[in-house]
Amino acid sequence: MSASAEVLSQAFTLGYTYTRSTGPVVGRFLTALRDRKIVGIKGSDGKVIVPPMEWDPVTAEALSDFVDLPDTGVVKSWAWVKHPRGKHPLDKPFAWAQIQFDGADIPMIHCVDAGDESAMKAGMRVKVRWAEETIGSINDIACFDPA
Amino acid sequence: MSDQNTEALEPITGIEVPVYLDYNFTAGRATARFLTGVKNGKLLGQRCPSCRNVYIPPRGCCAACGVATEEEVELSNKATVESFTIVHIPIPGNPIKPPYVIANLVPDGANISFLHVLSECKNEDVRIGMRVEALWKDASEWDYAMENIQYFRPIDEPDMEVEEIGRLKDA
Repeated sequence: MSASAEVLSQAFTLGYTYTRSTGPVVGRFLTALRDRKIVGIKGSDGKVIVPPMEWDPVTAEALSDFVDLPDTGVVKSWAWVKHPRGKHPLDKPFAWAQIQFDGADIPMIHCVDAGDESAMKAGMRVKVRWAEETIGSINDIACFDPA
Repeated sequence: MSDQNTEALEPITGIEVPVYLDYNFTAGRATARFLTGVKNGKLLGQRCPSCRNVYIPPRGCCAACGVATEEEVELSNKATVESFTIVHIPIPGNPIKPPYVIANLVPDGANISFLHVLSECKNEDVRIGMRVEALWKDASEWDYAMENIQYFRPIDEPDMEVEEIGRLKDA
């Protein structure tokens, strides 16, 4: 053995295999996604929130007034990802975007497969592209397509 | 969830959300030398030039004195149980069936302990101060890993006094 012994290196994956209870509200949202539907919830101020929240952001009261929404919406703001990484939802350049579903008052973050950065702009209309198989996960929305 | 095949699906009440952190782990010079020793069937510690403590696995420096460690010390296959725990809960991906014993072992000639499995004894007979030795796998299976030692097993030697564990006689 000498001081010049080779320096060893190897791939190492640390995994946290979490499972989460969804609760009735997020559970209903995910169950709706599995049925290829979008569901929001109405707050005390009349605003529709997607994904639905369990408690009112103003009064902290429990919420239960679910609202069915279409799978179309508007991009409020966005950031272009030039070099997607392995764990990104798309393997080609895409946009992270704040997307407000039609009929909702609060935007939600998801990705837009716009092809090119020049196709992105605030105010553009988008539509859900559903995953081939839906299982009750936020990834049931594969991405949004310009509409 | 995804493996459900029933016609009427239950509402979603739980989701799997694993987080995987992919590292490229580089051992560094001291650990690489230690693991190269392990690959050759040797436990190599390093002695601090200041306090004379022997560290295993060596980290290339003495945490107490803050100085680099260079002197390499080959340690014995014999060790003393400093502390231990009996594992009853299965850990995903771990092939050892519970209950089994994981122990902090101080090898002869070293001042600090490392973790390894104890076997060939009843779990309830394991005790602090117990003398044990490494059972190495066949040399054809040796790699850069502590798994080269299959486990430690008791040897027929009197227990070490608790105060003596980790104290070097020649330090």
